Amino acid sequence: MLHAKIEKNVGLMAVLIAVAISFGGLAEIVPLMFEANATQPVPGLKPPAALQLAGRDIYVREGCYNCHSQMIRTLSFETQRYGHYSVAGESVYDHPFLWGSKRTGPDLARVGGRYSDDWHRVHLMNPRDVVPESNMPGFPWLAERTLDAKEVASHMRALRSIGDPYTDADIAAVPAAVKGKTEMDALIAYLQSLGTHGPKEDTP
Amino acid sequence: MSTFWSIFVMVLVTINVVGAVWLLFGNAKSDPSETTGHTWDENLTEYNKPLPMWWIGLFVLSVAFGIGYLVLYPGFGATKGSLGWSSVKQHDAHVAEANARLEKLFAQFRDIPMNKLVDDPKALSIGHNVFANNCAMCHGSDARGARGFPNLTDDDWLYGGDPQQVITTITHGRNGVMPAWGAVAGDQGVTELANYVRELSGQSHDATLATAGKARYMTLCIACHGPTGKGNQALGAPNLTDNTWLYGGDLATIEATIRNGRNGQMPAWDKTLGPDRIRMAAAWVLAQSQQAPADTAEAAQ
Repeated sequence: MLHAKIEKNVGLMAVLIAVAISFGGLAEIVPLMFEANATQPVPGLKPPAALQLAGRDIYVREGCYNCHSQMIRTLSFETQRYGHYSVAGESVYDHPFLWGSKRTGPDLARVGGRYSDDWHRVHLMNPRDVVPESNMPGFPWLAERTLDAKEVASHMRALRSIGDPYTDADIAAVPAAVKGKTEMDALIAYLQSLGTHGPKEDTP
Repeated sequence: MSTFWSIFVMVLVTINVVGAVWLLFGNAKSDPSETTGHTWDENLTEYNKPLPMWWIGLFVLSVAFGIGYLVLYPGFGATKGSLGWSSVKQHDAHVAEANARLEKLFAQFRDIPMNKLVDDPKALSIGHNVFANNCAMCHGSDARGARGFPNLTDDDWLYGGDPQQVITTITHGRNGVMPAWGAVAGDQGVTELANYVRELSGQSHDATLATAGKARYMTLCIACHGPTGKGNQALGAPNLTDNTWLYGGDLATIEATIRNGRNGQMPAWDKTLGPDRIRMAAAWVLAQSQQAPADTAEAAQ
């Protein structure tokens, strides 16, 4: 009996278990890696510019994704509140993805342009200054810390090595772009870039 | 999905379904008296019973469910499923249904002029919801604003408080730019100007500095804020003679405003809200500013 043989041979069983559970990934993930709408950026989308890239790192460092998702699902009550549902081509330059899986705060996939830079600055210093009901923590230290151009440039080179189309000119322009900017400026630049190239919603 | 990857998925799915059925029946036992072959303590043996029928029945049912699902819904390679379901289609249908319902609701209010709409409790309740979901982040849930974000409950308007102006403000947004005068006026000039602004609003000030500031005011500030400091609603230039301050009326804040300028932005909401919701929100805002003189006096304390 084949079954008896597998039962009594741990090595063989381990290999067969690995094969069995890899089927899901092979069917659901691997084809996506070759799908044009998942690998081609939406029109106009560029990899994050120097300041936005630095802001993205701060977004990751401060754990913003723990409370904010960046994924608008195809549900009418979400698209009414946040705008057009997210499409795969918008996340082509997301390394790693920041879709998130939990919303304590609102989704940020299309927050770019929704509030002014000043609003973000006040809100990040102390959210309750503009939204008294907010339970988001303040991030006042971001306004005191400046950016390291070398770090941003090396991050850009790393992203280029995995295929993001940064040019030498982009990398050479990093020191000028982040000079004198605080982490707050960078994070705001990143937030203002979110979702700005997604599909446009018609007037409801 | 390309043909290759479609076939790839189809093959994997078929192997899975067929494999599961084969595993079940290919290994089925029929002899209930068979033992595992082990003997413990001289005569203890263990039965190796076939699977119970109810369990096999459930397994076969779930295989049938899986095949049925793949026929009805997308999942078998690039096939669309006989129901033609997709998450995008479902979303669009839900939106269309909601819009049809809202269209009926909004249609009742389209012919009501704004001055009547501000007294319509149903319109105000809708307007309040729109405001709470979209405007409260800057203007506060009570519409009293915050530092840098105007209080909407007083009767003081940057761009004008007649209904059409308020609707225009919400629809297209506003960008209130006060230029930075630090480099032009210098530190001394900024202090003089700030003192003159304090004089305009009837606050304590240094009279000598204010007189010098008035001369500067007449060249630098007059274009937007006007010769008497009453402001200009066509430009969104604030009235400097009243006691309403967007960023603060103390000397240090006024100096900072003059030195570094201000850039107040109200986003455009036409794309997000559409004309009907904008009218409702405008009506609610106007209702707040009309009924609130006593309230605002309280808030100012």
